[in-house]
Amino acid sequence: MKQIFTLATLVALEALRTRFFALIILWLLIGFGFALFIGQITVIETIAYQSSLLAAFLRLSAVYIVSLFVITSMVREFQDNSVYLWLSLPIPRSTYVIGKFSGFTLVALFTAILFGATLLLFVSYPQVGLWTLSLLCELLIMTALSLFLALTFHQTVQAFSVVLGFYILARSIATLQLIAQGPLNNSQSGINQLINGLINWLAMLLPSLDRFSQSEWIVYHTGSIDNLLEVVVQTIIYVILLIAMSLFDFYRKNL
Amino acid sequence: MTQRSTRRVPKMVIGLLMLSLGIQIVWHQNAPEPSVQIQALTKPPQLELLRIFSLGDPIVAAKILMLWLQAYDSQAGKVFSYQQLNYNSLQKWLEQILHFDPKSQYPLLAASHFYSMIGEPHKKRQMLEFVYQQFFIDPATRWRWLAHAAILAKHRLKDLPLALKYAEAIAAHATPDMPYWAQEMRLFILEDMGELERARLIIGGMLANGQITAPDEIKFLNEKLLALEKQIR
Repeated sequence: MKQIFTLATLVALEALRTRFFALIILWLLIGFGFALFIGQITVIETIAYQSSLLAAFLRLSAVYIVSLFVITSMVREFQDNSVYLWLSLPIPRSTYVIGKFSGFTLVALFTAILFGATLLLFVSYPQVGLWTLSLLCELLIMTALSLFLALTFHQTVQAFSVVLGFYILARSIATLQLIAQGPLNNSQSGINQLINGLINWLAMLLPSLDRFSQSEWIVYHTGSIDNLLEVVVQTIIYVILLIAMSLFDFYRKNL
Repeated sequence: MTQRSTRRVPKMVIGLLMLSLGIQIVWHQNAPEPSVQIQALTKPPQLELLRIFSLGDPIVAAKILMLWLQAYDSQAGKVFSYQQLNYNSLQKWLEQILHFDPKSQYPLLAASHFYSMIGEPHKKRQMLEFVYQQFFIDPATRWRWLAHAAILAKHRLKDLPLALKYAEAIAAHATPDMPYWAQEMRLFILEDMGELERARLIIGGMLANGQITAPDEIKFLNEKLLALEKQIR
């Protein structure tokens, strides 16, 4: 446990020393300026437009920044051989992976809190609270995925490209499923049946990120504890799956 | 990482930096002016395609599309008239936006207050009809846009039967939150049309069925009823 705590602290220190949080503040200022601009061009529903577009901007930014931080941090571990130093110490590989993930979780937590706090300028705290917790869950999934891909590829470009592809697909898969099952699709054709099967198979493996941090909660105040519970359960299941995949891959590596 | 003094940078590198910056500025100054050719508004893509591009967040997609559509009449720094807009495409875009975010009132405000302020009567009518069709989806929140459409039909188009159609739709779908004036619009339109007997019957019905509860409003309607009866005599 102490080793996990040490590894997590080192990750948090790395975030501080690489001015990660300065970047977050800069991002917040850009978002705030963007919200002010939206306020100038809307005629009615100004708060709804400002809050929803700012929330969407912050959500995408959080996923981008945190994923990139995890990948670059892990790739650097491999490139400067510090991973070998860690593995030469009497700590199990699982402790190393979980320690790193715990550190990245701290970074994700601070990012979600700072981004969520910005929305308090426009929306009441219960809905912002739900949105922030949901954003944290989304970031935890993306963190675990980024960690897994960095351990697998050891390359920033490959790992980040897969993260982007995964994120876009996870947010669109429900729509793709609806289209595939819709009346426009000719289900008689063999190719269509094959594509439908592939989409259903993908949907089974991906988390439904379109249910996370919904703009509707921010604009129409429709978020509830049930929504959050669904998001939390999905996050626990998927993070455990991704950590298990990371451990499986990491234990097999001849390091 | 500490940095060395700028004096350690070779003069050639500084010269190259200044020169390239100067060339960039000159290049930009001599570049041709942005094209002012106005792009016609085309029909929106299929709903499914837009849904995919929304990344599972239709509300944000609706808001981005609405702001884009609102700014469509100012392209390349020039503002052009709504007459140059293809209103069939415009209506389709507004429908798609409302489909993505049905609770938003912005598209109906745009249709009833912006796009209907056009000289061409058929385009004005098209927008008013769009508001009328959309009203039935959610009368409790969309009545105000149809009320505005009724006023435009009466005063701008001078089409009293059309104004009456809109006002009657509002009255037929009245909710307790709706102000009395919205439900009474049809009375004034009927009066303008000379259909005094019909107006009198409606007022009598409103007073008889207990639809109106505010004392001031009851007094006003009673006075109106008396005035109408005098006119009819």
